[in-house]
Amino acid sequence: MLGWELPPYNTGGLGVACYHMSKALAIQGANIDFVVPYSAIHPGSEFMNVHCATGLLPYERFELGAYDHPILHSDPLSEADTNDLRDMHSVQDRYVKYVEKLVRITKPDIIHAHDWLTIRAGMRAKEITDSPLIVHVHATEFDRSGSISGNPLIHEIEYEGLTMADRIVAVSQITKDLIVQKYNIPADKIEVIHNSIDLDSFNDGHEYDKRTYKYLEAMKQEGYTVVLCLGRLTIQKGLSHLIRAISKASEKYDKILLLIIGEGDQRNDLIEFAADLGISDKIFFAGGFFGGKQKRDAYAGSDIFVLSSVSEPFGLTALEAAHYGNALIITKQSGVGEVLNSVFKYDFWDIDLLADQLIGIATSSALRNSLQQNVQYEYSRISWHDVAAKCLKMYNLQIGAGS
Amino acid sequence: MTNKRGIVLYLHAHQPYRVRKYSVFDSAVNHDYFDDPDYYSERNNEQVFRKVADKSYRPMNALLEKLIATHPEFKVSLSITGVFLEQAEKWAPDVIESYKRLVATGRVEIVAETYYHTLAFFYSMVEFEHQVEAHRNKIRELFGVETKVFRNTELSYNDSMAKWADKYGFKGILAEGWDPILEWRSPNYLYRPTGTDNIALLLKNYRLSDDVAFRFGDKNWPDWPLNADTYCEWVNAAITDKEIVNLFMDYETFGEHQWEDTGIFNFYEAFVGKWLENPANTYYTVSEAIDAFEPVGEISMPYTVTWADTERDLTAWLGNSMQQEALRYIYAMEDDILRTNDLELIGDWRKLQTSDHVYYMCTKWFNDGDVHAYFSPYESPYDAFLYFINVVRDLRWRLHAYHHTGGLNG
Repeated sequence: MLGWELPPYNTGGLGVACYHMSKALAIQGANIDFVVPYSAIHPGSEFMNVHCATGLLPYERFELGAYDHPILHSDPLSEADTNDLRDMHSVQDRYVKYVEKLVRITKPDIIHAHDWLTIRAGMRAKEITDSPLIVHVHATEFDRSGSISGNPLIHEIEYEGLTMADRIVAVSQITKDLIVQKYNIPADKIEVIHNSIDLDSFNDGHEYDKRTYKYLEAMKQEGYTVVLCLGRLTIQKGLSHLIRAISKASEKYDKILLLIIGEGDQRNDLIEFAADLGISDKIFFAGGFFGGKQKRDAYAGSDIFVLSSVSEPFGLTALEAAHYGNALIITKQSGVGEVLNSVFKYDFWDIDLLADQLIGIATSSALRNSLQQNVQYEYSRISWHDVAAKCLKMYNLQIGAGS
Repeated sequence: MTNKRGIVLYLHAHQPYRVRKYSVFDSAVNHDYFDDPDYYSERNNEQVFRKVADKSYRPMNALLEKLIATHPEFKVSLSITGVFLEQAEKWAPDVIESYKRLVATGRVEIVAETYYHTLAFFYSMVEFEHQVEAHRNKIRELFGVETKVFRNTELSYNDSMAKWADKYGFKGILAEGWDPILEWRSPNYLYRPTGTDNIALLLKNYRLSDDVAFRFGDKNWPDWPLNADTYCEWVNAAITDKEIVNLFMDYETFGEHQWEDTGIFNFYEAFVGKWLENPANTYYTVSEAIDAFEPVGEISMPYTVTWADTERDLTAWLGNSMQQEALRYIYAMEDDILRTNDLELIGDWRKLQTSDHVYYMCTKWFNDGDVHAYFSPYESPYDAFLYFINVVRDLRWRLHAYHHTGGLNG
């Protein structure tokens, strides 16, 4: 299993998905060597062998997060690695070399590579061992770059990997369609396996702390409805449309507040945009953080969660928000909508409909309660064990086909 | 003399006025709830009516006319809602003409119901009686006949409804022949509802009705494809030593629920011929069946029974809080709406009572992932509720404009 991150050192949904998928696979009998590009101890990952491909510390790799664009690394690095780990390319090279060594020692039955960062290592491993290569697509460069065309080098790596893969897993039909359309890969080579959510990870004794967002709590007492969105503040997340919809909704019903959790290159533009619309007092930029109490309190304290992405392969945050009892509004361009029915859906650009849905939920307790309760019921039936079972079935078919 | 054993075929025709994607930004601005601007959307009532007229109303009326002409004993009972007739007058007047021809043969009986196909009985007796009266008037005006037998929306029925219909002067009432109520008794007789004096109860034989209405075109059904001979054997088996078999179904079974290519029209034509080959067999209209036989016993249904779902209750319409809230808001306006004497406003309010609106808000299959278990022109039950509640807001705004009282968030 070739990944780029695992909890608690994850920058987004990729690490969480890899962790839970591996865990469910291990429970169903798979023997997993999981390679990450940094050095750390991963508590809770004892069900598999975690291999650290470089001596980098996890936080140094954060700047090279799975969801970030490759940029020249200007921050100081650990003494030992300053020579060749200044950029993404060098980290990948080191990662590839590590994987080459690893598969020469122990030949894997299956190589399962997650996203473009590990694709080169996956292809090398296949060349060396001739074992079947599964490329698991959580996001393509088209998703990461929003409306911009993206990095041509990454496109090329993705294209090569998808072409060379024996089998491709897409996290949603949306992603599968994109792979077929943009990379010209035959549809029958791609299997859709939706991500899931691990219910146990929520049973950690966390209790909602009303003090975290004291001001918002006070506003709720006044009858305000709190809308949450959580993610990187990039064009891909469609936040300017959401802010516009909040503005539009305010014309009719002004007791709606928007809490934005996350950081990103669009942050300052969004703050300015809200001011231009004259609704700065309705929008709270709470900054970003890697998991933890603040995030959970944000989920627990909100009434509505909006996944406003222009293009979202899956959208794990929606499932998390469902767990905390939010009513969900999801763009039709988000893969998670394929596994949830008890939600409102809208096209990311349709701010009129989004505003209408926001007001509808804010002003009708029957609608709000129905959405909140029914989506909780729905999401609780989604399981990583089903994901693992599908993966194992696919592995066995591939192994059978090769022998 | 003893009467022949007979089939009582009863078909129910209805089309609601679907609410368009009515936004909160339309509230207090536009009052055109039922006019979806997109002609090809499933919410465009004209488009839907014209489509179903082609697929079902025209060919089935033609078949009924043919059967009446061919078989002197063939009879049928129809209930046609007021909102159906309004739409037919606008978009398919020839369908009205063919219904008129059918009624004029004297072998087609029209059954009474609420004009707007509503659940008013459970909310407001005044409004309910008004709608029954409005329907009787419409039938009298169009077809020149009096209705004598009553059925309520979705075949919903309970003892108090039977008592009401008895006092109101109906000679018969229709209900589901549901096993937990019937226990050892057969639906293939006439009964007397508990606590009534004169009215007779006709109970739907749901197995034989649903073989045609639901299962006919289902290729996974072990008995598919069903032919007229087999079905005739089944009806014969059911009616042996009994009096009647009540086959109640949606009119749209023919051509819309079961498309023409399932063979439904040919099947039914062949079946009627087959059934009437035996001189011991006949068809009755609902009134004729009541005249021909005597009730064999008394049946009580203290709780409401409908012809819907495996539960045979009203949960598809009133099972969740959105549905309950929607109808509570609507009926809470009754007095204020009627006091305006604004016929357009009152008409809109009544069209919004049509039970289909709350049916589209049903979530009981939806959150089991079985989103195709029911038909809706909306993306989800939540969207159906959203547009409906925006319309409720507009009704309140219009009321506010008339009475200069009340708030908009009540």
